[in-house]
Amino acid sequence: MDQKTPSQTGREIELLSFKVNDQEYSLNIMSVREIRGWSKATPLPHSPPYMQGVINLRGSVLPIVDLSIRFGLAEREVSPRDVIIVVNVDDQTVGLLVDAVVDILSINTDAIDPPPEMGDNTTRFVDGLIIQNDRMIRLLSLKAAVPAKETNAA
Amino acid sequence: MTDQLDPLAEIKASFFIECDELLEALQDGLETMDSPERSAETINVVFRAVHSIKGGAGAFGLNDLVNFAHCYESVLDNVRSGLLEPNTEIMRTFFQAGDILQDLVRLSRDELPIEPSLTAATLTDLEALLSDEVEETVEFAPLVLSFDLDEDFGLDDAAPKPAQHSFTFQASAELYASGNEPAKLFRALTELGTVTCTPDLTKLPNLSELANAECFIPWHISVDTDRTFEDVLEVFDFVDGLCTIEQIAPQTDALLPPIDLPDVANIAEPIAPAPGHIEEATDVKPAEQLSTEPDSKKVAAPKATVRVDVDRIDRLVNLVGELVINQSMLSQSIVSAQAANSTEVETGLEEFMRLTRDIQDSVMMIRAQPVKSLFQRMSRIVRESSAAVKKSVKLITEGDDTEVDKTVIERLADPLTHMIRNAVDHGLEAAETRVANGKAEQGVVRLRAAHRSGRVVIEVSDDGRGINRDRVKQIAIDKGLIPENVLLSDTEIDNLLFMPGFSTAAEVSNLSGRGVGMDVVRSAIQSLGGRITITSVPGQGTTFSISLPLTLAVLDGMVIDVAGQSVVMPLAAISETMMLGPDELKPLGANSMLVQVRERFLPLIDLAEKLGFSPKRTDFKNCIALLIANDDGQEAAIVIDAIQDQRQVVIKGLQDAYGNIPGVAAATILGDGKIALILDPGDIVVRGIDHTDTAQPQSA
Amino acid sequence: MSLSILAVDDSKTMRDMIALTLNAAGMTTTLAEDGVHGVETLEAMEPPDAIISDINMPRLDGFGFIEAVRAREAFKGTPILVLTTESGADLKARARSAGASGWIVKPFDPEKLVRALKMVAG
Repeated sequence: MDQKTPSQTGREIELLSFKVNDQEYSLNIMSVREIRGWSKATPLPHSPPYMQGVINLRGSVLPIVDLSIRFGLAEREVSPRDVIIVVNVDDQTVGLLVDAVVDILSINTDAIDPPPEMGDNTTRFVDGLIIQNDRMIRLLSLKAAVPAKETNAA
Repeated sequence: MTDQLDPLAEIKASFFIECDELLEALQDGLETMDSPERSAETINVVFRAVHSIKGGAGAFGLNDLVNFAHCYESVLDNVRSGLLEPNTEIMRTFFQAGDILQDLVRLSRDELPIEPSLTAATLTDLEALLSDEVEETVEFAPLVLSFDLDEDFGLDDAAPKPAQHSFTFQASAELYASGNEPAKLFRALTELGTVTCTPDLTKLPNLSELANAECFIPWHISVDTDRTFEDVLEVFDFVDGLCTIEQIAPQTDALLPPIDLPDVANIAEPIAPAPGHIEEATDVKPAEQLSTEPDSKKVAAPKATVRVDVDRIDRLVNLVGELVINQSMLSQSIVSAQAANSTEVETGLEEFMRLTRDIQDSVMMIRAQPVKSLFQRMSRIVRESSAAVKKSVKLITEGDDTEVDKTVIERLADPLTHMIRNAVDHGLEAAETRVANGKAEQGVVRLRAAHRSGRVVIEVSDDGRGINRDRVKQIAIDKGLIPENVLLSDTEIDNLLFMPGFSTAAEVSNLSGRGVGMDVVRSAIQSLGGRITITSVPGQGTTFSISLPLTLAVLDGMVIDVAGQSVVMPLAAISETMMLGPDELKPLGANSMLVQVRERFLPLIDLAEKLGFSPKRTDFKNCIALLIANDDGQEAAIVIDAIQDQRQVVIKGLQDAYGNIPGVAAATILGDGKIALILDPGDIVVRGIDHTDTAQPQSA
Repeated sequence: MSLSILAVDDSKTMRDMIALTLNAAGMTTTLAEDGVHGVETLEAMEPPDAIISDINMPRLDGFGFIEAVRAREAFKGTPILVLTTESGADLKARARSAGASGWIVKPFDPEKLVRALKMVAG
């Protein structure tokens, strides 16, 4: 890893970090609309395996993306303790199904390292890497994680 | 300053809305001008539309729009004053100018750049129509408004040069008749500086000669100001010609001794105008001019309307949708709590449901708009595409005032454009071919809208060559969309056009008579909860028939169980429900099953399998099936697990949230708060029918 | 001492602009959307201090409207300004023949409009 001399050129941003299958990811908090507990989704016919289905978000239809399946990580049981992070991506509102929310971090954009080859299938979903003490926190690329609407049609 | 920007921004937004209305009136007017129904008033309507657009545009500094409108208006003015008689060529230019004007308005509204190439050609055409002696191409230099309303409405800065200007002023009788008054003029002078007014009372006649109508008193006026004499004269601009003003050379001081300088304010009595002007006050002239303009399609006294922000209506629609869901949830809770046994509660619930339905219907009708604006857009598409392929095509519309939900109109624009372009490009033959076949040279495209049994039906038809079924079938086989030796009815062949992947190749357009992308059109219609069907007669033409729900809001549906999921099937599609007994099940080849219903055999569709919820069933005995019929008469028996109940559901679109799903029209929220999918039976039937087997049905 | 003005124009944008301008200058504005409506409104209201009218309007145009106004005893002397896009020599002739007291060129300069109204309405 490159050594970075701390500088003041970066911005301060706030990240929400969460766990997917023992890996820790994070999102710019500005994209996060809300965090909900899990509720059973209505499955959609002929949808890709990572589409859990849709749930009712105060009268609107919210599609749920199971990130662990999306990332191609090991299969796991959906648990009622799972958390749904509702995010805005372009003009879409989508719910991301994750294991748990971990933390809110304030970091400087300078502290974000470029992503290396992750060694698993997650590389394309990662925009950057943050090392904090022993933790390796992947900065999630929302654009890669949330499939565009057109590709959803079977 | 920000406070002032807001009202101006609002007026600007409102101006663009007004432009839409004016453009519509312009279209109407042009079409009437082009028809036998035109009258003298028609050109006035057209003129005023362009004139008003120009006026508003000028105020906002939309120069490209102003310049174009000004040129257009000038030509129209010539027509209005009888100097120009519109022929076919000129009308074509007018229609084109109308289209360009529409584009300019849109670009101005969206603050997009306007290329000169957009207007160049049409401007040349318009200018050619302006003969030089009539209208000096007046330099129309509009004043752009800068709303610095805080500014003191007093003097602007002028080169200070204090001077005293003296002059005599004599009003004529006409001055009063025009509604002006010397007193007011003198008062206006005081804004320039110190004013001294002295009446020359020597000119006063004897009382006996005093005639009300004339003003005998000349005035001597001097103004101490740093403005020029021209500035002083400017005050008398309006009454130029209605009075006599003589400047007195500055040094001359020869005036009458001030007799008694009355206060300017008291001096001028409103003197009655010359007797000739007095008319019967009760004689209301306007009444005669009020006769309904013959060409105007509108009623003389327009209905009282209110302009409402679309956002507010959408919010209201959503709230009412929530209300309906809430009502159904409440009803369900009451029933589960077994509190519905009381007749009072039951009656109350029914009444509640009725009321909510009524509110919802009323609210949805607020959003309803006549399809006319949509049809007018199609006029333009016909003009443009027929010009591009050099065919003569006429668009005939029917049912322009049929009302449809606003969202539906917006989302119909693309599919309709597609179909109309196809009809003009491919459906209609070239002029020579038509004539050779005994048809009129001009092709006709017809757009019809009507309400029919609770839905809106829109038809797009042409009198062209129709669908070449042999070639269509062959192409489908070549593309592997259907197997080689399958028997298909005419309707089934026509519907092949809707299959995804059918018409991607360019050569299809000539062969099938239809061009690219009918599958896209169908998806779009279906996402509105609608259906589309084709009928075609070779050599005579093709008709597309679109059936749409009146409102996008509610649906009467049957809630059913499919593989553990609750799903809604629109009630209108269900003709029967039945339990499948062994006698009714007839295998067809290895993979399909038919259901015998009286004398008919319907294909059997395993809904759970088709939706991808579970693998195909092996045993259909004693299963429940819904008999579904398509608009084009295709039928199927759809196997489900169980029927829950029948109820009215609020439709939630999936488009924005997710996109298109085959077999699914929309979603709804059930009484328990869960989302349930609303199925698209037409799509399920079409996709569900397997054409792999052609063997005759065997008895089980 | 707020002046009451009646403004008649078939363009909503124009009406809004006029109202915005005049109200900001401390005047009271009443609006009508064509000549017929203008006459009706005039009869229903307290006599205004001045009237502004467009020329090109449906149902009853500016000329007809002003004629109708002047035909009424109470309004023979009411100052009327026409809103016109003419300029130069045609302008005065047009306004004069309409029976107007003065004119305002469209699109109007808010200052000039207010000043003109204050002048003719006193």
